[in-house]
Amino acid sequence: MSMQSVVSTQSPPLRADLLAIADLIEPGARVLDIGCGDGALLEFLRDRKQVKGRGIELTEAGVLACVRRGLSVRQGNVQEGLADYPDQSFDVVILSQTLPFLDDPAMVLAEMLRVGRTAIVSFSNWGHWRCRLELLFTGRIPVAVDLPQQWYESPRRQPFSVTDFARFCRKIGITIDRQIYLNRGLRVRTGRFKNLLSTTAVFTLQRA
Amino acid sequence: MTTNSVGPVYTQFFTFAEEEPFPLESGETLQPVTLAYETYGALNADRSNAILICHALSGGAHAAGELDGDPTRLGWWEETIGPGKAFDTDRFFVICSNVIGSCYGSTGPASINPATGKPYGLNFPVVTIGDMVRAQVKLIDHLGIERLLCVAGGSMGGMQVLEWAAHHPQRLRAAIPIATTAHHSPMLIAFSEVGRQAIYADPAWNHGAYYDTAQKPDAGLAVARMVGHITYLSEESMHLKFGRRLQGHEKYGYEFETEFEVESYLKYNGHKFTQRFDANSYLYVTKAMDYFDLTQPTGSLAAAFADSAHVKFLVISFTSDWLYPSYHSKQLVSALTAAGVDVTYLDVKSSWGHDAFLLEVETMTNLLSSFLDRLVREERVAAPSGYMPRPRPASRNHTVLPRTQLADNLA
Repeated sequence: MSMQSVVSTQSPPLRADLLAIADLIEPGARVLDIGCGDGALLEFLRDRKQVKGRGIELTEAGVLACVRRGLSVRQGNVQEGLADYPDQSFDVVILSQTLPFLDDPAMVLAEMLRVGRTAIVSFSNWGHWRCRLELLFTGRIPVAVDLPQQWYESPRRQPFSVTDFARFCRKIGITIDRQIYLNRGLRVRTGRFKNLLSTTAVFTLQRA
Repeated sequence: MTTNSVGPVYTQFFTFAEEEPFPLESGETLQPVTLAYETYGALNADRSNAILICHALSGGAHAAGELDGDPTRLGWWEETIGPGKAFDTDRFFVICSNVIGSCYGSTGPASINPATGKPYGLNFPVVTIGDMVRAQVKLIDHLGIERLLCVAGGSMGGMQVLEWAAHHPQRLRAAIPIATTAHHSPMLIAFSEVGRQAIYADPAWNHGAYYDTAQKPDAGLAVARMVGHITYLSEESMHLKFGRRLQGHEKYGYEFETEFEVESYLKYNGHKFTQRFDANSYLYVTKAMDYFDLTQPTGSLAAAFADSAHVKFLVISFTSDWLYPSYHSKQLVSALTAAGVDVTYLDVKSSWGHDAFLLEVETMTNLLSSFLDRLVREERVAAPSGYMPRPRPASRNHTVLPRTQLADNLA
């Protein structure tokens, strides 16, 4: 099943990992999307799932795009933006394709689960077989399949894999609840080979 | 010169507190109180499309259109208010009133004191932002509006917006404070005081009793305005506007004539201001700003907005504004977020300092019109009868005011 083929009359087609995230959200939920970009996910959730959404976005272009879509968005970075929200003020807090760019992912995940009952993260997986082969055969540090960004480009990111993230969650007392794996935009059944076969993972997280 | 002007407009007057005095925060009273105001556009059937615009320190009720039909007397927020503009007068009923204490038609120190038959001068009681807003509430009552769709304003106008949201939250659905603060900082008080000292030091000021004398404290007021103008610019915008260029001189004269362009600009604007503003009003209005502190009495800004959770906020600041630095707006946004308020915030990248709120027209128009579109949708605001939606150009045409006129419009 293609994740990119859904076209709405209200919203443009959504990026595959965002669509996977949208599938995990209950209608009418209170949702905070941190690093919400141009607001495509929040608009989709508002139009399709009557979600009460808020966004945090760093860039002026992103904030303006969100406001143009009629969304509630505040400019700020992930770290300082979350601190203001009261405990458990959202059902879901979303962090899509942002984890590799965070200075302190443990702090941000803890904050997400303070502010929301559930957290949803999506991230590119450097454990995919193509990345492994690239390092083995070319000797170059691989570029993630779904995050085509060179090591020298800004903002700087830290590669990690599905296995790395799962171990990290255990270490900081976070439970991975639901798991969706994508391979270049298509939802895939990975069986035991999640880390080998997925290019992007979407997890719901809860406090252990 | 404006393509989408509201056309000829006429200032109206509303007088209240003729029987019962109007109590002020200071404990003093005013009786009676007159407000000068203008309205643009039409009310819809359920009176839910009214927007109140609050002006800054030296502004007045004339926010848009051609005053008394004179096309050279445009409003101070002409680019933002009008048919098809951000505050779209096809869809909204826009109100702007002059604050009490000012000198553009509302009761102020130059008004006649009914007790003496002479201008109040320093016998005029000190007013606060809270008093200004309570007077506006009377006007809104008079106009038969139960709840404003939105209150918007920049600088001191933004303080009134915050005062509305904090102390009259049931009277509005949305608030747009721009380039402002929830508590006047010591630096702002310091600049106000320099301006006031310049006026006190002018012998013509005569402790505020100059209305029946030939000489007005113009020199003092002009210096006050010059200080103000410096704070509305940024170092970068001064470099861009003036640099170290000389005005009317080829080389340094080694004398105390006006040589640099920046000197000439300040002198010109200082002088021009004396022709349109009253020195005592400058004292009263700056004092009102200095007293503004929404963190009182609890010490917590979030507590001030405890009853405002239903008010939707659009907060805007500008990166180069050092008079009301962005961190003031960020503190406000933090407090609103903590109070559970729905707040949209952008720190607009700009070189123009505090002036940016009148100059960054395109970004402002984008933000304001999108936010108002959202309000119309979420609050189910009907258009007034006879409304015909007009096609929105992808890139709107804005009137670019000449710099000299802009200076006149500034806070």
